[in-house]
Amino acid sequence: MNWLSADRLRLVVPALSLAVLLAAVFWIQPRAMSYTGLNLLFNLAVPIALATIAQMLIMTVNDLDLSMGTFVSFTACVTATFLQSNPLLGVLILAGCVGVYAVLGVVIYLRNLPSIVVTLGMSFVWGGLAVLLLPAPGGVAPDWIRAVMVSKPPFVPMAIIASVLIAAVAHWIVIRSAFGVVIRGVGGNERSVTRAGWSVLRARASAYALAGVFAVLAGMCLVGLTTSADANIALRYTLLSIAGVILGGGEFVGGRVSPIGAVIGALTLTLAASFLSFLKISPDWQIGAQGAILIVVLALRLVLNRHEGRTAR
Amino acid sequence: MSVVRALYAKPWIWSFVAAIGVWLVTIAFTGGSSAGGLAQAALTFAAFSIIVGIGQMFVITLGPGNVDLSIPATMTLAGTVALKIMDTNDSLILVGILVALAIGLAIGVINYGLIKLLRIPPIIATLSSSFIIQSAAISYNRGIRIKPPAALAEFTTATTLGIPNLAYFALLVSAVAWVALEKGIYGRWVSAVGQNMRAARMAGVPVDGVRAGTYLVCAVLASLAGLLLSCFSGGAALNMGAEYLLTSIAVVVIGGTAVAGGFANIPGIWGASLFLFLVVSMLNTYGASAGIRLLLTGVIIIAVIIAASRSPRA
Repeated sequence: MNWLSADRLRLVVPALSLAVLLAAVFWIQPRAMSYTGLNLLFNLAVPIALATIAQMLIMTVNDLDLSMGTFVSFTACVTATFLQSNPLLGVLILAGCVGVYAVLGVVIYLRNLPSIVVTLGMSFVWGGLAVLLLPAPGGVAPDWIRAVMVSKPPFVPMAIIASVLIAAVAHWIVIRSAFGVVIRGVGGNERSVTRAGWSVLRARASAYALAGVFAVLAGMCLVGLTTSADANIALRYTLLSIAGVILGGGEFVGGRVSPIGAVIGALTLTLAASFLSFLKISPDWQIGAQGAILIVVLALRLVLNRHEGRTAR
Repeated sequence: MSVVRALYAKPWIWSFVAAIGVWLVTIAFTGGSSAGGLAQAALTFAAFSIIVGIGQMFVITLGPGNVDLSIPATMTLAGTVALKIMDTNDSLILVGILVALAIGLAIGVINYGLIKLLRIPPIIATLSSSFIIQSAAISYNRGIRIKPPAALAEFTTATTLGIPNLAYFALLVSAVAWVALEKGIYGRWVSAVGQNMRAARMAGVPVDGVRAGTYLVCAVLASLAGLLLSCFSGGAALNMGAEYLLTSIAVVVIGGTAVAGGFANIPGIWGASLFLFLVVSMLNTYGASAGIRLLLTGVIIIAVIIAASRSPRA
């Protein structure tokens, strides 16, 4: 067995891109190379990483969630209103959201519906609910979430600890646990999973429910950082989360995903934004430059894929 | 059994049933007084979704993973640049239209270049390019609103024989697309690529050419729609394409085109575009708040999708 297996190799490019980007940021702004600096750089990556893991779980079973952004916005609104003023009701609502995700997984499978369209419809539903809940920006983050998000553990900033923790937990669930093998199997070859005696229905429902859990956590973390919420707070998470999974070496079909890569992808995307503001690029071209970074990193993958093709798994 | 088979044959039927249903519910509320005006407005606004929807339909038909997310940015850039070049001058209209088309062509080439040469998945490739296109539009004009030339503004807002000019234009585009899809070799090729790319390649279909052409067509239609929309609304705005990201995908799929690719459907795009506009105006008529409107739009979309779903799993 080669130590540099294909799966490990898939992590090389994302990790390298992150390292290069980080080095560039330190080069331009040496003061970022500190406890506070790192925390500031990666703070907002925590909710994005959670949303990326949620998207990754959906992509594991060959689906795509176009409602991720509106859903995280909605859970952020719930967190800043009900969870703060009436914790029991807040928890019930968030649990209900996870239930809705499980139901979506079931309905999409049973009726053989395209996930893109169903989640597209759901994005209107979540968006509508969020606007009903908070027509204007407002709400207050519950103190305990705020306390966790701004806590200052010794030596390593919270944002880094949280990212490592998210990556580790997701890695264990998706790569190591039996459940993870089954859901990746559903993405890879549904029929063989059925033949092996597993319930595809149950696997898909749990994958969706788990994605719901991670997305709810993303909303809660986001409110912990921003202290208040609004209905459009996380709309860009839909595209960020998809890009994060792909940047991290995941693929749209076939159950080939990498949780560690997904977290690295989310960190890279967050860092790219800071990097560009350090570069003093004209604000007009900020988004454009992000697109360019995305293209460059993905072009690097081409080299990797060639290599993988030669070693032939 | 024969009823089921008939529905199989006409996957677009649901979108029309839904559109007519919503129209009836709306005019029931107003007592029939605004029936004509509502139909006219629906045709006008649906025209934009139809034009971009047809481009998106060809792209989606290419098979799983194919979707063009750069449509909104393309619309914005084409509208902005064309209007600035025409500078309210009627004599420059032809130049403006050619510039818009050239922008569409260029974006199509870039999109497919990223997909083919860099092997980036289409969703991410078009997403990344849309960021760059959007930035280009921002830096080109900084959101300053320039009025469209009078003749173009007149054309896009006027009606002929009671039907909006834009609807005629959308009909023309649809007719050409229908011929290409149902009667021409291009449609066979697109469907073949979408059904099985390897088989299509072995059967001698120029797969790369077909895919490149499709991304070009989609970008050109988007730039055309962007030009028309900016003329219709009296100037280009930087966020004017935003709603067409979801709309272009929604009309294709509600209209009965297979999301997995290989089976396209043009009449359904008309039904779905009218349906989506009518749902919003119905909810407006009933005085629903923004939140309720979004919520019900979503619920109705999902209900239509479930009602129209072909094969429940055994």
